[in-house]
Amino acid sequence: MLSENAKKEIEREMAKYPEKRAVILAALHLVQKEEGWISQDAMEEVASLLDLTPIEVREVTSFYTMFNMRPVGNHHLQVCTNLSCALMNGRGVVEYIQRKLGIEVGETTGDERFTLSTVECLGSCGTAPMMQIGDDYHENLSEPKIDSILETLK
Amino acid sequence: MELYLTKNFGKPNAIAMAGYLKHGGYRALRKVLKKMEPKDVVEEVKDSGLRGRGGAGFPTGLKWSFMPQETDGPKYIACNADESEPGTFKDREFLEKEPQMMIEGLIISAYAMGVNTCYIYIRGEYATQTKILQQALAEAYEKKFLGRNILGSGFDCDIYVHRGAGAYICGEETGLMESIEGKKGQPRKKPPFPANFGLWGRPTTVNNVETFAQVPHIINKGASWFRGIGTEKSTGNTIFGVSGHVNKPGAYELPLGYGLKDLIYKDAGGIRNGRELKAVIPGGSSVKVLPADRIDVPLDHDSLTNAGSSLGTGAVIVMDDTTCMVRVGVVLAHFYRHESCGQCTNCREGSAWLHQLMVGIENGQGKIEDLDLLMDVADSLEGSSICALADAAAWPVQGLVTHFRDEFEEHIKTGKCTSPDSFRI
Repeated sequence: MLSENAKKEIEREMAKYPEKRAVILAALHLVQKEEGWISQDAMEEVASLLDLTPIEVREVTSFYTMFNMRPVGNHHLQVCTNLSCALMNGRGVVEYIQRKLGIEVGETTGDERFTLSTVECLGSCGTAPMMQIGDDYHENLSEPKIDSILETLK
Repeated sequence: MELYLTKNFGKPNAIAMAGYLKHGGYRALRKVLKKMEPKDVVEEVKDSGLRGRGGAGFPTGLKWSFMPQETDGPKYIACNADESEPGTFKDREFLEKEPQMMIEGLIISAYAMGVNTCYIYIRGEYATQTKILQQALAEAYEKKFLGRNILGSGFDCDIYVHRGAGAYICGEETGLMESIEGKKGQPRKKPPFPANFGLWGRPTTVNNVETFAQVPHIINKGASWFRGIGTEKSTGNTIFGVSGHVNKPGAYELPLGYGLKDLIYKDAGGIRNGRELKAVIPGGSSVKVLPADRIDVPLDHDSLTNAGSSLGTGAVIVMDDTTCMVRVGVVLAHFYRHESCGQCTNCREGSAWLHQLMVGIENGQGKIEDLDLLMDVADSLEGSSICALADAAAWPVQGLVTHFRDEFEEHIKTGKCTSPDSFRI
C-alpha cells in the first residue's frame, strides 16, 4: 500500500497536467521508492488512483526498464555495457562484481542486499566504465573503487 | 575562439541563480519581454541559423514558425532532456553545471511561441540532475522569471519536470509526448505533426536541452554574431562529447565545423597507451562509423553527411587498433533490438535479426553469406518504420560491414576474433 505521503505527492503531481493519466510514471516511481519494486497489488492501487484499468498500468510498467517487475536487493547494481563503457572494460566490471558477490547478472545475493543487472547507456560515456546504484552514478570504475563502494553499502 | 556555453561551468555558484545572474543571466529574457514581439524572437532565431542539437539538426526558428500563433486553447513546449543516444553526455553538462541557461532559453521560447506551459522530459536515471533542475526551477519562480505576469510583462509561463523511466525511444519527439501523456513511449505516425497535433492533441514544439541553452546567447548577442561562428549551414558552438580510447575523454565546447582529427588528437589528447586509431563513430551510436583514414573531416552537418556519416548528437566514440569491429556490431545491434518499441514489424523483427547475425559471427557460427544478408536486412529496415529507430538500427551495421568487411570475413573464416587484445562483451 502506498503511504499517505506518496498519495499526497501523486495529488500534487496531478496539478501539472490536464489529465490524471499523465501522473502514471511519477506514481510508479513513488511505488518503487517505497517498495523497491512494482507488484501486481501496487499496479492495481495506482490504477484505482488514476481511474485506469490494471492492465493499462501494467503495460506502461513493463514498457519502461527502470521499473522492477520483481523484487530486487536493497542495492541494485546496474552496470552499463553499451559501447563507450564496453570499450573501457565494462565487461570486466560485471565479471568482477559477479566474482565478488557470487551472483550472475539478474540475480540477488542470498542476504538480499545486492542485485546485479546490466543496462544500456546511462550518459556517462566520458567517465566510463560506470554503474548506477539507486539514484547515484559511480563513474571511472576500477576494482579498488568497486571494493570501496560496496564496502560503504554494507 | 569564444566559449559562451561552458564559460562559467564549474565556477562557484554557476549552478545557482545567484551565480547565473552575476554572469549576466536573464538579461535576454528581460530584453525579450520589454523590447521584442514574439514574432521578432522567432525571426532572430531563424536568422541565427540555429539547428536543433538533439541529433536531427532541424532549423530551430523554422520549427517554431510552424506553431500557430492564435489558438483557442493551450499550446505546449517539451524540452527533451531524455539524453540516451549511446555516447552522448552533453545535456548533462547543462543540467548539472548551469541549469538556468536552458531554463531562460525555454522561457524565451515559450514567449516566442505564445506557450504558457512547458514540460522538461528528463530521463529517469538522471535522478541527481532532476534534483538540481527542481531546485533551479524553484529559484526561477522565486525571482518571478516563471509563474504569473513574469517581470510585470503580462506573460505567464509554467515549467514542469516530467521524469521518464528508462526507454531510448522516448527521446523521439512523438514517443516523448506519448510518455508525458502517461502511455508507453511508442511513436506516433506523422502527419499530423506536433506543431498541429502534439500533447493532448494541442500544438506542441519539442527541442533539445542544448537548443534551448543557445537561445539566450542569440538574443543577447544577435543572430549575426551567432552566424559568424561555425560554418555557413551549421552555426554556433556545440558541446562535443568524446569517449572511448582517448587520453582525455570529456565534453568540449567548440564551433561546429571544427576538425574531427583535431578534436581527437589535440583536445582529447590522442589515443591512449600510444596506440593507433582504428575507427570513430562521430555522432552517437546511430551514425555510420568512419575508419581512421577518413577522419580528416569538419564536424558539421554537411561535411559529415558527405563523408558518409552524420553529425548526430556530436558524440564522438573513439576506437583504437585493439578494437574488434564485430563486437562493436554485437553491442550496437543489441541496443537497437532492446530499444525497439515493438510497434512496427520491420523494426522489431529486423533489429532482432541483425543482432542474431552479429552474435553468430562473433561466436564463430557465421557464414560468409551472412555479410550480404546483414546488408540486405539493414537496407530493408531503412525508412520502414514510423520513426527513425529502424534507420538507427540499420546505419551502424551498414557502416561496419562496408568499412570493415575484411575483418568480418576473417572472423567468419577463422571462426574467432582476430583482435586478441580487444575489449570483451
